[in-house]
Parts: sequence; structure tokens; C-alpha cells
Amino acid sequence: MAPTVSTATPTANGVIDLRTSSTREVNELLSSPGAPTRLTITHPEGAHALACGLDADLDVTVDGHVGYYCAGMNQKATVTVTGNAGVGVAENMMSGRVHVKGDASQSAGATAHGGLLVVDGNAAARCGISMKGVDVVVGGNVGHMSAFMGQAGRLVVCGDAGEALGDSIYEARLYVRGTVASLGADCVEKEMRDEHLAELAQLLDAAGMRYQPDEFTRYGSARQLYNFHVDNASAY
Amino acid sequence: MTTPTPPTQLRESATFDRGVIAEIQRAAETGIYDIRGWGAKRALPHFDDLLFLGASVSRYPLEGYREKCDTDVVLGDTHAKFPLHLDIPITIAGMSFGALSGQAKEALGRGASEVGTSTTTGDGGMTPEERGQSKNLVYQYLPSRYGMNPVDLRKADAIEIVLGQGAKPGGGGMLLGQKITDRVAGMRTLPMGVDQRSACRHPDWTGPDDLAIKILELREITNWEKPIYVKVGATRTYYDVKLAVKAGADVVVVDGMQGGTAATQEVFIEHVGIPTLAAIPQAVQALQEMGVHRSVQLIVSGGIRSGADVAKAMALGADAVAIGTAALIALGDNSPRFAEQYGELGSAAGFYDDFQAGRDPAGITTQDPELAKNLDPVQGGRRLANYLRVLTMEAQTLARACGKSHLRNLEPEDLVALTVEASAMARVPLAGTNWIPGRY
Amino acid sequence: MCGIVGVHLRDATLHPQLGTLLSGMLDAMCDRGPDSAGMAVYGDPTWSPEGESTVSLLDSPLPASELAQQLGVALSAPVTGHDLDPTIVVHAPVSTDALTAAVRSAVPTARIIGFGDHLTVLKGMGNPTDLANRFGLRSASGWQGVAHTRMATESAVTAGGSHPFAVGPDQCLVHNGSFSNHMSIKHELERAGVTFDSENDTEVGARYVAKQLAEGVDLEKSLLMLNETFDGFYTLLVSTSDSFAVVRDAIACKPAIVAETDRWVAMASEYRALAQLPGVDAARIFEPEPEEVYVWHRQ
Repeated sequence: MAPTVSTATPTANGVIDLRTSSTREVNELLSSPGAPTRLTITHPEGAHALACGLDADLDVTVDGHVGYYCAGMNQKATVTVTGNAGVGVAENMMSGRVHVKGDASQSAGATAHGGLLVVDGNAAARCGISMKGVDVVVGGNVGHMSAFMGQAGRLVVCGDAGEALGDSIYEARLYVRGTVASLGADCVEKEMRDEHLAELAQLLDAAGMRYQPDEFTRYGSARQLYNFHVDNASAY
Repeated sequence: MTTPTPPTQLRESATFDRGVIAEIQRAAETGIYDIRGWGAKRALPHFDDLLFLGASVSRYPLEGYREKCDTDVVLGDTHAKFPLHLDIPITIAGMSFGALSGQAKEALGRGASEVGTSTTTGDGGMTPEERGQSKNLVYQYLPSRYGMNPVDLRKADAIEIVLGQGAKPGGGGMLLGQKITDRVAGMRTLPMGVDQRSACRHPDWTGPDDLAIKILELREITNWEKPIYVKVGATRTYYDVKLAVKAGADVVVVDGMQGGTAATQEVFIEHVGIPTLAAIPQAVQALQEMGVHRSVQLIVSGGIRSGADVAKAMALGADAVAIGTAALIALGDNSPRFAEQYGELGSAAGFYDDFQAGRDPAGITTQDPELAKNLDPVQGGRRLANYLRVLTMEAQTLARACGKSHLRNLEPEDLVALTVEASAMARVPLAGTNWIPGRY
Repeated sequence: MCGIVGVHLRDATLHPQLGTLLSGMLDAMCDRGPDSAGMAVYGDPTWSPEGESTVSLLDSPLPASELAQQLGVALSAPVTGHDLDPTIVVHAPVSTDALTAAVRSAVPTARIIGFGDHLTVLKGMGNPTDLANRFGLRSASGWQGVAHTRMATESAVTAGGSHPFAVGPDQCLVHNGSFSNHMSIKHELERAGVTFDSENDTEVGARYVAKQLAEGVDLEKSLLMLNETFDGFYTLLVSTSDSFAVVRDAIACKPAIVAETDRWVAMASEYRALAQLPGVDAARIFEPEPEEVYVWHRQ
């Protein structure tokens, strides 16, 4: 059965304590017509699915560490996590902005279509997996298989990238400042032209990262695996 | 005068028959595995190997027409605020826009709505045609997440998390370049004309413990309104069904190896997964042991063709069935009307399975606008509705003959088997005996 | 599937809190595995007193007191028995081998779920939090503990199916994921004389590691060998009397979080389980890299 809900009420300065209100109550409040435009959630302590499915220009801060799928399927809202985020932060985001000040676990920004995900610390494996148009900017490193099957959007890594970066990538654009442990199937280094430098500068600025675009290398699809050729069989 | 030597008789090898020889030659020619649509084509133990024990001196039948045999079913009433209420226990399985033409998806929606049942989206997302026509629309949540978005999620009547399908348990979606048109590419965020390589695992969870958290997230996003289905291809069905329930599924969908696909490797279709017949008792046993049979509903698919199949699946314990291949045939797939066109494609009506090529003369498994015109969605919808009605009436006929006033009152004890394999798999006795091989 | 938790206390002043900390972690993982649980503690003075060896068992036909008495006679040594239904724990000032042999002889149908100089293993069916309360886990102390909450699939939810699998002296192995070639490895181990208690894929991993350790291979090397031998998806937490180790497979889909401070190292399937540890706000929190073996040794 659906958990029983009582309407959670924020304190006068817009704070809800997750020790006394449930995730269901908070999410229901945030999706209701009377949702507060600003809200701080305290003591999340790894709770899952917090502030997911938002669909309005809200400003939500989660003060602490969150579990899986925080801000999942986000639309329009700004969600800030002051601590670390678990698996799938901002997964399938459509628009809006999600900012993780700590580290992000696996599959950050997975399959997202739009918006901006910023991770100040490290993101783990599969960052931007199957990305479909989102912009992801990571201040630290990303783990293995990041941008796996990346279809569209841009991933900026200010640190290093793990093994198999961009494996089976489609049209997503990747910018890495540090080292890349290895490139995945069909992912190659690409030329940095003026339009790429401009786009990268914009992304770094939007994410508040103080690096210069010319410190980065661009990676993307070689487009050799778009249609099957027997000579590429070993790539499969 | 010498007697002429009689010519040696041509003798085909059972191991290297013509089909196998042709396939080896094709492989040597092209260097790529054979890809096709449809489901497993080889003979398998199936519903035809089961028979109903009709009325007798000890069991009395119901009169047709006057004495009702009801057919309704409720799906997903454990957690969801709005379970699905269907008039018949036969649903339309997930098939993607992309694999199918827009006209075909519209026709499926029309036909299903006319008889009060549901359709299911596929690997390409939700189209306005289908949402517009289908009164009960199940939205698939697949590893690829093509087109997935919260707006459509909230428009759906139910959500089906797909782990796999019977044709290729462990395989992801496949759509070749010739079917990635402008519209399909736009919906899937892909470049036009690429051969779509699909993920086989979900990108942000693996395993039932993490599936439980994903289900929680989907419920939160949709305000706990919609039933959540979990669909698996039939492999280790007993464990899969238990784990799906533990992860929080409201409905479990099990697709046997006869289940169709629009495109995958031939070896996958024929050599992975177990027959539908063998999967159903495993699924039912799992649900019964957990005390949730009937409260977590079971939908079975993979080779459902007639009302007899529907009735037998339900007798074995399914709450409903889903049809895919049969629905397409009802729309006009493989119709003799297109005999000449099939000939031009090197095939014939009744044999055509090259859905991956997108050249379907029936206008169903194609993206070509000229070919798609061969399917009139209104007419197609009517044909599907006719077929669904026949399936329902056939099932009712058999159920009444067994003394049932509701299809759900069919039970395994109404069945016997014709072969040892079917008896063992379906766990019903061999006809005329009390024997079920391997009964435990 | 399941939830894994484990904590290794570097600061001896925290040893009295081991049970409380481990209980809290276990509690947070109930959702991942509500059917049964296993917990293991190193160095508890009541269950595994210094100078004595301990055997933990399930399915004993004799109650703890009677078993202890019988063993006492057989060993000519004072044996103490604790009844922690359904687990029984016995300890005595004799070698582990002697105590284990005596237990096997006295109750051959019982299932030994842990043995060693320092290790107590408790398993049971039902809600993990309720179990932990019944066992009195909160009052346990020691330097290291691991626990596991299980999402069972077998029709009979068995206590014995929980992890850790403790099949070598003072060894524990906990597993989240699913091996894919364990049957072949199992048969190979059987041909080498290893016997198995269950059909569980995790037991194969535990027996493999135990065999390497028994043959003198160190823990890190044993886990590297496991990486090369076992296929499938796994996050493993492996402990011995002086080590605490974590390793993940090459694909690393199953979750794992490690938190480390000067006072303790902890590992769990989800951050929620680490959230209550003292000083976690200042901890170094990271996710193990695939195929790398992380080992912490007792100082």
C-alpha cells in the first residue's frame, strides 16, 4: 500500500527534517501546487529517491548525503546536495540544474535528456551512461565506462577518466582535462576547434569550474560502428 | 542390353539439412550473424500438447450465452492507487514504434480499446497515436531508456520494467539503420540510419535489491498511482518471479521462448530461454509459495494463438496473457494479399520473418511511408478487435465446458497432457494416467 | 540479493561499541534483505573469550547447555554454551581443531557456521533488526564485525543460507551479486576433497578463499586469484582474524561504499548504513575500483 501521508510543513525558514518527515511526505509536498519555492531538507542520511520527479522552478537544498536517484527525472528545478550522492543522481533529468558538492556514485546523470549536472568532487563508474542530451561537469575524476553509449550532450571531466571512456559512444561530446585510463570501442581523440573551445568555456563557467578550455582534450565517436562491417568484428 | 543403373536417391542429412547448409553459406559470405524477427520457429512442447477434460458425469457444463462465463481481470491492486480493470484477460504485448509503423501502433490501440484491454509501448517510447487510441496503456521502462520522460510516465496507466523478453533473455533492443528514420531517430535521440546497438542491462541498477529502490523511485515520481509490472524472458523463472515480487512488483510478466521480436540474432531466438509451457508452473509455484498468487498477478506470453491457448495458460495459473506475434498477424502480417511482394523479397506469405529489414509489404514492421499505407489503422483496429473477441469466445467455450462461470476458475486439474515432455513441463498428468514425470 | 555491512575498529576505545555500531548498520540494510540475516563478531569476551576457541552452529539436536556438558566430557575441559536461537555458540580453552572435531562428533547433523579463536557467527530467519535484538548484538564488543541481510529465493527461508560463509578458521566472506561459473569451480574443489554445505554460489567463493589461505597464500593474493577465476558480478567483503578486505569484479555493477577514518574503516552496500558511524562526516568516503583488492590489517 502507498505509505500514509500527512502534509509535511516546513519551518518558518523553509526547513524540513527528514528524521521527522518521510521521503513520501517531502516528495508529495514538492509536487503539490502549493510547493514551497525554496526548501532545505536536513538529515537525509542516505535516503533514496529524494526530490525526484520535480516539475517546477523550485530551489531545493539537501543538506547531507543522499542515497540513490536523488533528483531523478528532474524538470526545471534546481537541486543542491551539500554532501555525496548515491547511484543515479539526476538520472533521466529533462531540464533544470543539479549540483552535488561532494562525490557522486555510479551512473550519475544516467540517460538524462537535458539540464546541467555538476559534481564538485568525483563521480564514479558509468558517469553519463547513455546520456541523451544532458550536460555533466565533474570537478574531479570519473570512473570506468563513463559516457558508455553516450548519445547526445556533453561531459566535462576536470580530473581523470577511468577505463573504457565513451565505449560505444554515439554523438555525445567529451572533454577531459586529466588522463584517460583507456578509450572504449569507437571513442577517439578529436580535434578541438573554436566552437568546441567556446562550448567548453560556457560549460565550465556555468558549473563554476575555474579551468581554461585549452587544458582539455576532446573525445568523441569515430562513427566506425554505426553500421556493421565485417572488418570491425573484433570490436564487438 | 545392359539395365541402366537406377539413380541414387537424394538423401538429406538431419544434422546438416538444407537450412543449416544455407545458413553456413550465408555466414561465410557475409561475416555477420543472421538477424531476423519473429520468435522461435522450431517445434517445442506447447499448449497443443495439453487437452481439457470437459464435462462428464461428475462435472456439469454451463449453457452458452445465457449462463455467463466472465472474463474480466484486475491488474496491479496491491500498491497502486489506480489498478487496471480490463474486460478480457488478453493484452497486447510491448512492441516498439520503430519496430512497428505508426499506423500499426494506432491500429493496436484502436483494437484493444474496442474490447476493453491494454496495449504496451516498446523500446522507442510513447507515441501520441498509441496514447490517443489506447484506453489502457502500459509504458515500458527498458535498459535503453529511449524516449523515457516523466511527462509520458505520468500519462501511462501502468509501468512495465523490462529485464528481458522471451526471444532474447539477456539481449537488448535492436533496430537496424534502414528503420531509423527521421521520426524514430528523433524519438530515440539517435543519428538517422545507424544500426541501433542497445544495452542489455539497465544503466542505473542491476539485481533485485537495487530494482527495489528503482521501483520506489518510479512510484515516488508517479505518486504511487500506477501498477508496476516486471517483465522477464523465461529462464530461471521460479527464482525470477520470487525476486520480482520481493523487489516490489505488482504484476509479473513472463515471456516464453516462443515470444517474438522485431530483430535479433537467430541463434538467440532459437537457443536461449525455456518454452512458455515450462515457465508457467514455475511462476505460479513461486507466487503460491510466497502467498501472493492472484494478488500479484501473472501475465504470460510467448506463442498465444487461440482461445485454447488463453484458457490453458489461465488453467495453469496465469491471470492474463499477452499477444504480440498473433496481434500482428491479425492486423495483416503475412497475409496472402501480399503474396507477390513477399515473393519479390525472397520469401512467401506465412514464412516472412525479416521484420528487421523494414520492407514489410503489410505496412506493419516498416518505417517506409509508402509501405505503411498498406495498413489502414481503422481497418486494422477492427481486425484486431475481431480476433480478440474470437480468442475470448473460444476461451469461454472451453471454460463453460469445464463448468466455469469465470475464466479465472480454470485450474490445472482441468488439463491432461499428450506427451511426456508436456506433462513434465506443465506438471499435469499424461492423459489416462496419474503420472507426472519428475513430480515433486 | 542483499545488503552487506562491515566495520573494522582501529581505535581500541571503540571496541565496546562494536555491537551497537554493527546493529545500526545492519538495521539500515533491512530493506535490501528482509528474510534472514547473518552477523559475525571478532573478539567478543562473552562469546569468544581470549584464550578459548569458539564454534557457532545451527540445527543442533541438543540445547546449548546439554551440548556444552557433553563436549566438556569429551574434551576434559570446561565448555560454555550460549543459546542464541537458532544459533548455538560454544567455546572452550582448547584448540579450534579440537573443539570443531568434538562438535562434529557430538552432533554430526548440526551445521557449523563459524569457528576460530576469535570469531562468533550468528544466523537466523526473520527480520534482521529483530534477530540482532534477540541475539543481543548491541552489547557485543570486539575489533571487527560483518553482517549480511538476505533477500531469499528458496521456498524454505533458511538461516544457513545467510552470509557470512565462515568455512575457514576466523574467516568470513560476504557477497552481493551473482557468480556465473561457480558450479565448475565447485566441482573442481569437490574433486580436490572440499565438501560443501549448501547450493549457494557464495559458499563456493568462501571455500575457494579458505583453500588458498590454508595453503599459505595471503589474503590479498587469494582475492586476486579469485578475480581471475570467478566470473560474474560481485562485491565481496572478506575478513580474517587480522584482516578486513573488499574487492569488486571488473564490471562493478553491485554497489560498495567504503568510509575510512583514523578510528575505523567501514564498508556497506549503501551510504545509509554508514550514516550513523561516529565521525562519518569527516571520513574519507570512496567507492572501490573494480578488481582492486583493498585490505586493512589489524595493527
